[in-house]
Amino acid sequence: MKALRKFLDKKKPLFEKGGKYAKLQSTFEAFETFLFVPDITSKTGTHIKDAIDLKRTMSVVVLALFPALLFGMYNVGYQHFRSAGELAATGMFDLFLYGLIKVLPIIVVSYVVGLGIEFAFAQMRGHKVNEGFLVSGMLIPLIMPVEAPLWMVAVATAFAVVIGKEVFGGTGMNIWNPALVARAFFFFAYPSKMSGDAVWIADKADTFSGATPLAHAAALVGAKGEAATSIIEQHLSNTWDMFVGLIPGSIGETSTIAILIGALILIATGIGSWRIIVSVFAGGFVMGTLFNLLGSNSYMTLIPAWQHLVMGGFAFGAVFMATDPVSGTQTTRGKYIYGFLIGFLAVLIRVLNAGFPEAMMLAILLMNTFAPLIDHFVVQGNIKRRLKRVKVTA
Amino acid sequence: MSEVKKIKKGLDIKLIGKAEKVLEKADRSETYAIKPTDFPGLTPKLKVKVNAEVKAGSPLFFDKYCPEINFASPVSGKVIAVNRGERRKILEVVIQADTETQYETFKKADPNGLSREDVKEELLKSGLWCYLRQRPYDVIAKPLETPKAIFISAFDTAPLAADFDFLVEGESEAFQAGINALAKLTDGKVNLNINPNLNQSKVFSDAKNVAINKFTGIHPAGNVGVQIHHVDPINKGEVVWVIRPQEVVFIGRLFTKGIYDVSRKIALCGSEVKTPCYFETIQGASVRNILKGKLKDEQKIRVISGNVLTGTQIFEDGFIGSYDSQLTVIPEGNQFEFLGWALPGLNKFSMSKSFFSWLMPKKEYRLDANMHGEHRAYVVSGEYEKVLPMDILPVHLVKSIMIEDIDRMEQLGIYEVAPEDFALCEFVCTSKINVQDIIRQGIGLMIKEMS
Repeated sequence: MKALRKFLDKKKPLFEKGGKYAKLQSTFEAFETFLFVPDITSKTGTHIKDAIDLKRTMSVVVLALFPALLFGMYNVGYQHFRSAGELAATGMFDLFLYGLIKVLPIIVVSYVVGLGIEFAFAQMRGHKVNEGFLVSGMLIPLIMPVEAPLWMVAVATAFAVVIGKEVFGGTGMNIWNPALVARAFFFFAYPSKMSGDAVWIADKADTFSGATPLAHAAALVGAKGEAATSIIEQHLSNTWDMFVGLIPGSIGETSTIAILIGALILIATGIGSWRIIVSVFAGGFVMGTLFNLLGSNSYMTLIPAWQHLVMGGFAFGAVFMATDPVSGTQTTRGKYIYGFLIGFLAVLIRVLNAGFPEAMMLAILLMNTFAPLIDHFVVQGNIKRRLKRVKVTA
Repeated sequence: MSEVKKIKKGLDIKLIGKAEKVLEKADRSETYAIKPTDFPGLTPKLKVKVNAEVKAGSPLFFDKYCPEINFASPVSGKVIAVNRGERRKILEVVIQADTETQYETFKKADPNGLSREDVKEELLKSGLWCYLRQRPYDVIAKPLETPKAIFISAFDTAPLAADFDFLVEGESEAFQAGINALAKLTDGKVNLNINPNLNQSKVFSDAKNVAINKFTGIHPAGNVGVQIHHVDPINKGEVVWVIRPQEVVFIGRLFTKGIYDVSRKIALCGSEVKTPCYFETIQGASVRNILKGKLKDEQKIRVISGNVLTGTQIFEDGFIGSYDSQLTVIPEGNQFEFLGWALPGLNKFSMSKSFFSWLMPKKEYRLDANMHGEHRAYVVSGEYEKVLPMDILPVHLVKSIMIEDIDRMEQLGIYEVAPEDFALCEFVCTSKINVQDIIRQGIGLMIKEMS
């Protein structure tokens, strides 16, 4: 390691102001601080600092995403061979390998495009490269359909980084979750590649229905009597598969169990907000229960409230998207309200608007927009308490 | 007795090198200094020139904007230097001490028999006034104001903090006299906040003329600002004064002995000290003789007057700060660490559980002054709230200071906070933001705008 350090120390002047490669200073520093935690010490204020930094925080989140990612790769293979009717003949490793080959290019495109833009912006502004995209770059592939064309992934990522983040000033300043901006852009710009029955399974055999549970559930709205029960029996009765994640869907969102492992990592390390995660699930459950009680169509009567929590991107959104500290609420109280409303709205939109069977993305983006308003009311509450104190004592 | 308030939010940072309750002798320091920089917001005007002879209690300089407030020499001797920094700012007034201390004489009197004005005058004249600090703003108290209450915290929960019981051992007479003097200065109560788990000393428990409040819990339970917030919070327009127990003893000595005697015990602690223990010394002493032969000399070290969270870095021949009763020595840590952010981190301390050191909750750490990462914009939320046991929204307050919005700062509670209350916020900050500096800036801005 000393040799590497020496090498870096030798090259460093070239990248500093006036050096030959001064235009790449941010890039050099990004790599240098990636390899070595810098030698800077505290000059004012506390003399000791918590060992955590943004690199650690972000890498813990990426680690928490790994169960969902690995399972997603396996499921891509599983769905492909199932649609082809070759599931029994294919080994587990082959399933995974197939998925790996399909998914890896999407991850590479997401990181290369996103980081490329981040580095360029950092250099233009003379900033340091922020670690935020390490997570966004992993989130984007996980919420894409496996059949998403790579160039579309690239365009969506570029849109997310530039319009979703950099125009606001970079990591820490953005209003919406960048990964969801990418997905929303994709959804509205190329709807045929982001919805329907064909895109969720890699190289799907034509005869096989590739509809997601959410699409089946949405079909319940118009179905009555036997038609409805037959949809349930054929497509929505195997809740175990939904929980484990052996269903068609975006790459990383299908397995509730893998996502819960990630949630455990986030909550145990204290990096994800358990308040948000718990209240999103609570909000979804409450809205689902209300629909069950209301029961005005088959979707409302036949899908129990808890099933909403394992279908589609609900769990993934709750654990990895809603918890983004930058675009979410920042006050403790606000987190409960924000999370609850996300879950509540997601199920509401799902059931009432057939145009958006996957409502989690929209619910989170909407609440991202309202997060500052929620915080505003919490802050006002604090201010009022302080003012009231004066009146009591006076 | 009153109920015990338990402070649950906060963080105890366990460091190696807590001082043993043993009083060791150090060679007497030859030089002493009073540093105007210890008193935030002060503009000093010198009263003495280099080579002047002074006694203990002779004024060295005074506050330009409040000339009654004198700052006195801790020992007798000769002024040998006035060290200045940029733009001729006075940094240190250094005195070469006589071998035998000569004292200025002040009136010996029982404070109970004195009027408020008499007590004030004695404190101002002697130079002890500077130990009275006010909230809001955490600056020296204004002599013309009358506080609604006075608060004394009888314990310190900061990392490696000195044991206040031990510091005031055998001083009960002076302590009581000091309390009596303070009681004259307020129309309200003198509050003595003790921790039943830490304070066993009779000096505190037998003190009269005070209201006793009880606190337990983790740091910052010992911060007087946190205690005030829970007992009698400061609203706009109200003033509270605070002082530390050893300084109450100084005031007591002034009235019982008629002299300016600022000798005190200090704790020498930290991972780089061979045998951490207590020393008897005088305020403002050079640390050279105290540190001589006491340090492990393995690597570059950092000497801090005060604790690791709020103290000031001094050199190995620097001087103890006016308000400090603790000298901490830690490694400097100015080295690169290969992939440090990715390692399991068994020797790293973090409030988050993202390093595996959380598996060993009792472990004591040898922490250095490394930043452990670069400065970033705010990303993580909810961190500060975990370590600030006040009904205050820390991030919103900090942001209101950053944009210099006076109204907002006032609404969000700037009057109730001191930089030290935000020290833990700064410690835990993932984005490495200098929260204490920002709070101090905000306070400076308030003083400027409100005066």
